[in-house]
Formats: sequence, C-alpha cells, structure tokens
Amino acid sequence: MSTGIGARVPRKEDKRFITGKGRYTDDIRTDNQAYAAFVRSPHAHARIASIDTSDALAMDGVIDVLNGKQLTGDGIGNIICGWAVTSKDGSPMNMGAWSALATEKVRYVGDAVAVVIAETQAQARIAAEAVVVDYDMLPAVATADKALADGAPQIHDNAPGNLIYDWEIGDAAATDAALAGAAHVTEMALTNNRLSPNPMEPRSAVATYDTAEDHYTLYTTSQNPHVARLVLSAFYNVAPEHKLRVIAPDVGGGFGAKIYIYPEEITCLWASMKTQRSVKWTSDRSEAFLTDAHGRDHISTAKMGFDADGKVVGLKVDTIANFGAYMSLFSSAVPTYLYATLLSGQYDIANIHCNVRGVYTNTVPVDAYRGAGRPEACYLIERMMETAAREMGKDPAELRRANFVRSFPHETPVIMTYDSGDFGANLDQAMQAADVAGFATRKAEAASRGKLRGIGYSSYIEACGIAPSAAVGSLGAGVGLWESAEVRVNPVGTIEVLTGSHSHGQGHETTFAQIVAERFGIPIENVSIVHGDTDKVQFGMGTYGSRSGAVGMSAIVKAMDKVEAKVKKIAAHVLEASEADIVIEGGEVKVAGTDKAMAWHEVGLSAYTAHNLPPDMEPGLKEGAFYDPSNFTFPAGTYICEVEVDPETGVTEIVQFTASDDFGTIINPMIVEGQVHGGIAQGVGQAMLEQVVYDDEGQLITGSYMDYAMPRAADLPSYGVHHASTVCPGNPLGIKGCGEAGAIGTPPAVINAITDAIGNNNLAMPATPQAVWKALQAAN
Amino acid sequence: MTNITLTVNGKSVSRDIPDETLLSEFLREHLRLTGTHVGCDTSQCGACVVHVDGKAAKSCTTLAVALDGAQVTTIEGLANGDLHPMQEAFTEHHGLQCGFCTPGMIMASVDIVNRYKAEGRTLTEKAIRHELEGNICRCTGYHNIVKAVESAAAKM
Repeated sequence: MSTGIGARVPRKEDKRFITGKGRYTDDIRTDNQAYAAFVRSPHAHARIASIDTSDALAMDGVIDVLNGKQLTGDGIGNIICGWAVTSKDGSPMNMGAWSALATEKVRYVGDAVAVVIAETQAQARIAAEAVVVDYDMLPAVATADKALADGAPQIHDNAPGNLIYDWEIGDAAATDAALAGAAHVTEMALTNNRLSPNPMEPRSAVATYDTAEDHYTLYTTSQNPHVARLVLSAFYNVAPEHKLRVIAPDVGGGFGAKIYIYPEEITCLWASMKTQRSVKWTSDRSEAFLTDAHGRDHISTAKMGFDADGKVVGLKVDTIANFGAYMSLFSSAVPTYLYATLLSGQYDIANIHCNVRGVYTNTVPVDAYRGAGRPEACYLIERMMETAAREMGKDPAELRRANFVRSFPHETPVIMTYDSGDFGANLDQAMQAADVAGFATRKAEAASRGKLRGIGYSSYIEACGIAPSAAVGSLGAGVGLWESAEVRVNPVGTIEVLTGSHSHGQGHETTFAQIVAERFGIPIENVSIVHGDTDKVQFGMGTYGSRSGAVGMSAIVKAMDKVEAKVKKIAAHVLEASEADIVIEGGEVKVAGTDKAMAWHEVGLSAYTAHNLPPDMEPGLKEGAFYDPSNFTFPAGTYICEVEVDPETGVTEIVQFTASDDFGTIINPMIVEGQVHGGIAQGVGQAMLEQVVYDDEGQLITGSYMDYAMPRAADLPSYGVHHASTVCPGNPLGIKGCGEAGAIGTPPAVINAITDAIGNNNLAMPATPQAVWKALQAAN
Repeated sequence: MTNITLTVNGKSVSRDIPDETLLSEFLREHLRLTGTHVGCDTSQCGACVVHVDGKAAKSCTTLAVALDGAQVTTIEGLANGDLHPMQEAFTEHHGLQCGFCTPGMIMASVDIVNRYKAEGRTLTEKAIRHELEGNICRCTGYHNIVKAVESAAAKM
C-alpha cells in the first residue's frame, strides 16, 4: 500500500487514542502536586473594594490564597494583544490593561480576582467559595451596539466610548459613486452570532518550579507552545525563555481557543514559584464557557450594487465587532485583516469599502475561532449574493458565475492577491454532485409530504497559509508567521522530524510522515514526528489558520532538500560517482543507470561513522529550515445545502449537503475529508444551533451544554465531500490548507437554503425552529 | 470514607474513598486509568462513558461508593490484547481526530451495538445518530463515527 502523497494512510497516532493511552494535560500528575481554584467575579462590571482571604486560608488543605496585587507586585506583566491596528485617523488602538488577576476592577462575569492553592482540587474549590470579595457594582453592557451608545458604561478609561479602533479599508468615495450609479442595490443588516469554540478537552495547566535550577515547566493545552513560552517570558515576565519549558502534549481540539495565553496559565506558573509546589488547574465546562475566548459577534450593514447585466460594481460594509472586556492575543486582527480583506469573495469587484469599529463590552474576550474573520466575510458576501439574485430574478449560481474572478494573479481592492483557483470548476462539480437539475422534482415531492424544500449556495474563499512575515509585520503583527522544521536522519536511517506545528486532532504524525517517507523511499513506520515541546523543538509558530500544511510542511520540505543534498554528496563520494548522477529511490541511493547503490541506512551510517566522508564535510545527517511564505494561500469552493422545513413547527432538516473544495495538493484525502466534515458540522452549528447569550446585565445565560446547543449526531447529515483542485503556486507542495473551509463556507449555504424554503430573506443565525417558524409566518 | 471493592477491567480493586468520589475521579485519580475523560459537568458530553455491569454509564455522574461489587470496564480494558472491532473500526474509518471524546464514544457505541443485537433490532444510520445523542464530538462532524459504528456492528 502506498503511503505517499495522495494515499489514505490510517493515522499513526490513533492507537493511543482508541486504547485510552493518550496523554492529555489533565492526565499528568507530578510529585508534590497541588491544585488551583480561581475566585471569579459574579458581576459583569464592578470595582473591587476588598478581598478577605482569612476564612479560606484557615480551611483544610489550603496552602495559599493569592491576589492580583501580589501578582502585579511581583512584576508579572499585563496580558497583551499582539497585533497593533491603527484607526483611520492615524491613532493607535486603545488597549486597556488586562492583569491575569484583576486588581482594581472586574470587567466580565468570570474575571479572576484571586486563586486558592490547596492539597486537593476539592479543597481548593471549597476554599475559593470562602474568599469574600466586596464589590462595588457598576452598570454593565454586553452588546457592541449598546456599548457604543451615548451614556454607555465606560469599561476602560483609555478607550473613550468603549471604542478600540475605527478602521477602514478600500476607497469610500469610489464605492459610494459606484453604488450611486448601480442599476440595482441590495441592502442587508446581518449579524454574525457569537459562538463558544468548545474543544472537548477543557483547558488545563500543570506548572512546576524547580528551586535548584530556578527553572519552570508548564504542561498546557496549547496550539502553539513556543508562542506561549515567548509571551510568558517576554511580556509576562514569568521567567526568561531558557528557564521555561512549555509542553503541549496530546491536546483535545483547539479551534482557536487554545492559541491564547490565558490568565490561568500565567497564574499557575507564578503560583508554583510562590508556593514551591507543582500547581495544577483544569477547567470544568462551566468555567470554559466563562473564560475560553469566544468567536464571531459582528453586527453589519452592507450594500451591494449591480449593473444592468448583473455585474457587481460596488460593495460597502459597516461592521461593529464585539471584543469583550479585554483585547485577546489576535483579537484586533480578526475583524480587520482576517475579515475585511476577504470581502471580495470569489468575485471581481472593482470597488469595496469596509469600516470596522472594535468595541469593548462586559463579556468574555473574543478572538479567533475556526475561520476567524473569514466566516464573517463569507457569510456577508454569500447572503448578499443569494438575496440579490432573488431580488433581481436571476439564478443564484449563474449570478455568482458571471462575477467570478477568472484570471490569476488577481488583485482585489482590499489588498489580497489571489494566486490561483478555478471557481467555476468547483461550482460545476458541486452542482453536478448535488443534482441541482433534479431539485425541482425533489421540491415537489417534499411538498406532497407537506414539507418546504429549499436550496442554498455558498461560494467561499479564504486566506490561509498564515502568513508572509514582512507583509503581516507591515500591517501591525507583533511576530513573524513563518514555520520551522528539523529533519534528523539517525545512523540506522530512521528519521525524526521536529516541527514547530502542533497537532491537536489534525493528524500531523501521519500526514507529515507521508511526505518524508515518500521523499526518501523509506517505510512510513521509520518516520516519527516530534512536536509540542519547547525543549525538543527549537522554535515554531504553532497551528492555527490552516497553516500547518502550507507553512509547516513547507519548512519540512526545505529541511529535506538540505538532507537530500548532503546524502547525494556522501553517496557520490562513497560510490565514486558524480553528485549529479545520484538519485534516491526505492530505499536506495543510486548512481542513475548503473547497479551501483547504497541502501538508505548505509548513507545514514556513513554520515555518523564519518570514516569516509568527502573532505571538509561535517559528520552527521541533520538539517533545519525556516520557511516564510511568499503569500497567503487561497482555498476556495462551493457548498450547496438542501433543507426541508416543517411549516407547522419550523423544524428544519438538512437533507443533503454537498461540498466541492479546492485545497491545492492533498496529502491524505481521508484526513482532509475529516477536516471538512468537522468544519461543516461547526458551520451547521453556527447556522442552526449555537448562540452565546448574555443578558442585559452581562450575565452569561448559555453557560453549559444544557443551554448552549452543541451539534449532535442527529442534528447533522452525512456530507458529500468532493475536490476540484488547482495547485497553489506559492509553496513547494502546492498546498492551500483545509482546516477552516467547512466552518467558513457552510453557514451561508444553510441559511440561503432555509430562506429559499420559507420565502423570507430576513432570517438570522441560529435558525432555530422558533426563528424559522417566525420568519415563515412573517413571509405568509 | 467508605471502603469499596469492585472489579475494574477484570481485576479486583479495593480502596477507601471519600463518599463524594465520582466514578470518573475514582478511575482517573485513584486507579490512574486516564483513558476515561471528563468533558463537561452536566452529564451531556459522554467523554466519560464506561461500562458498569455490561451497560454504558456516565462515570462523571456515578458515585463510586454505589458500585461496591460491580464490574467496571473502561477503554483500557475493552479488549484483551488485540483491538476490539469498534476500536478497529474507529481507526479504519477515521472516526477520531483529537481523540478526547473517543474513549467515551467507543464505549457508548459498543453498548449501542450490544443492545440492538440483544434485542434483534437493525441498527440503521438514523438509529446510530439518535443513540449517540449523549456523546458530543467537536472534531469529526460525526460522519465517520457513524460509518465506524455501522462497520463494527457488522463484525461484532
């Protein structure tokens, strides 16, 4: 069986997970283990008048109770946002101070004010209940539009009117002129509902301080342990980098929520030094709803203008983005450079302008969640396009097709340069697979059963391969977004690949091994992928933004290029041949056209015995590389959803879901399809089920799985997943990325299908039975 | 504190435990069988499913002291040596990604197939989706989990 590029190789990592041998952070228990429990604000906005820890300190098993003044007193720095976005008037963004433990004020329900360290988790939790915090309540605000209103509660002193920035992209005057001259203008008000990412493994941290070495070790649920170490070291002053090891072992899903370095990890590290104990904290699900960064939460109005032939002439968008109470690590970039830059969609649009206001509210911080900005852009464009087609009496597929970008590279008016794609091919493939031609018959048949059947399209594009370092640096990013890899060939010819990418469900241990096994012609069992430990891997930027294929594997390819060059030099020397004649194939390193060859492991052994190497060659066979992408990559595709609505109840069933994606080169189709399945499920969740709800006082209403509707097996259909790919010209493997597409393309396809079924375009997510029923009544 | 004696994965174990100890905590912290996971606190997600006397139970809402004399099987003890057909089917059909929900998902699925077989009922795709209501997966979108359960049911 082939294990190379394109092979459906079963996952190497599966055995430990299906036998219960996975090793997640909460599975780790160190010697001298103590447990942390956080004292959290029950109020959305209040001043801390006093904290009385005396009762808690006297309780059984309590080691210490620590507060924010002690933390800042020890020089632990404030939590940062790593991307500086400048307002259109040139002023910097208004970032309010965020201490891991609040000192003066609390700004959302769940904001931590103190931490109890005790011998057992139960003792810590009971003692946390006994810490008495005296709060002076302040008025709170939970939604972005209300936070901008006159007289709204002021959340941070340095952000007047709760405005973080007022940013724009594109040419406002040209867009206004294009809309003024348009034959038809579609106008919509669209909200992108607030979501909680909900990886199934709750966040966890085990922090240990070694007094003899003055050294810290942190096991944590992170998508990017090196970034965690960098930030903990450089900004939070926990310890210098060489005195801090961060390990992200098996991590049970991330979806963005485990990118950020949260107050709990910082506090556990600091507390491990204060108490001279190993400190462990594991979130329960209720705590996760209160503290994991949320996603989306946009309120937008948009106008899309068309000429008489149905060509889009202009798109104008105004968006308000809810940031929550503090600016999380990537929060500023999500509704700007990851959102507004994708507003051209798959279409050739000459004029686009988008204005974005970022706003503080008394809610959990909002940051990147699977897709991050791109689902919001896709939802807006694709709802507009479908609605416009209905208003103009045009076929929605053909209206899209008439506006597709057809030649590449294509520069949009919102600073992206699309490098490749064949949008028509994806539309055609999806339409054929979905049997669009037979829809009218299916609709009539459904009607005979009393059901309303609808069909909806979504032609999405996203920017992945995050990101060219100089480009994002010029836009305000605080770090470069390259990736690193090291390929170590052992003396016996087996290979270890150390990668800065992190796998928390994506199957890197298999996919990455496939490209190595194929390149050097060795069995895939002889390749191991090492990741997630700052003591093993020198540096890396981690996994998010569908970057591990396009960026992470490109770094591995670069390192393999160097290994191959050295292997050829060694073989040419030993076999007394010209380097140019050496080929690597079938597990051998040969002189082309002769029977002279070395087995792969013999080359490895030669490199390490060093008895017969070319003059001046260093022994060993180990090469590292950093890969910095030259451009973003642009996965794209078309999704078609068919639903049936019960008009009596509004209950909606997805009866068919078809995806056609262009991900560039696919290494392991089984894993890629799995990524699409999961993305679609999260997209259906956003469209029909999920919604974080706060009340007017900033109390979280949806704080458990009893209240927040996670998609379950019976809520979802089987999916038809297809690929029509063009090769990405920007990286050596031609990969575009596949991790977020489903979550980006799905929501508008679902809502377009439901609105088609009920004959009312005015339907917001999540389209619960009640919402669908109400919209249906309004239409009748 | 109460002394309990029960059989876990075929071995007799006896411990003095606080009365409030949940079975999930007993397995994870007292026996260090960390394959059983806890993903929520409202008995909704099913990451903690084990078998008690041959039937699926959510170990996060089962008091360990109530199980004196019981037979408990966890993911670690599902198969003797080789993999159980359900474990094989999950990897063959790519029914797992991050692996966190997987132990509970596999234990629940084995129970579903056992019940349908005992009752002589046909396990359709629709039935599998309905029966998996108490197990949440955030990674796979369930598509391949359903396929895995269908496949394993044919072999069990």
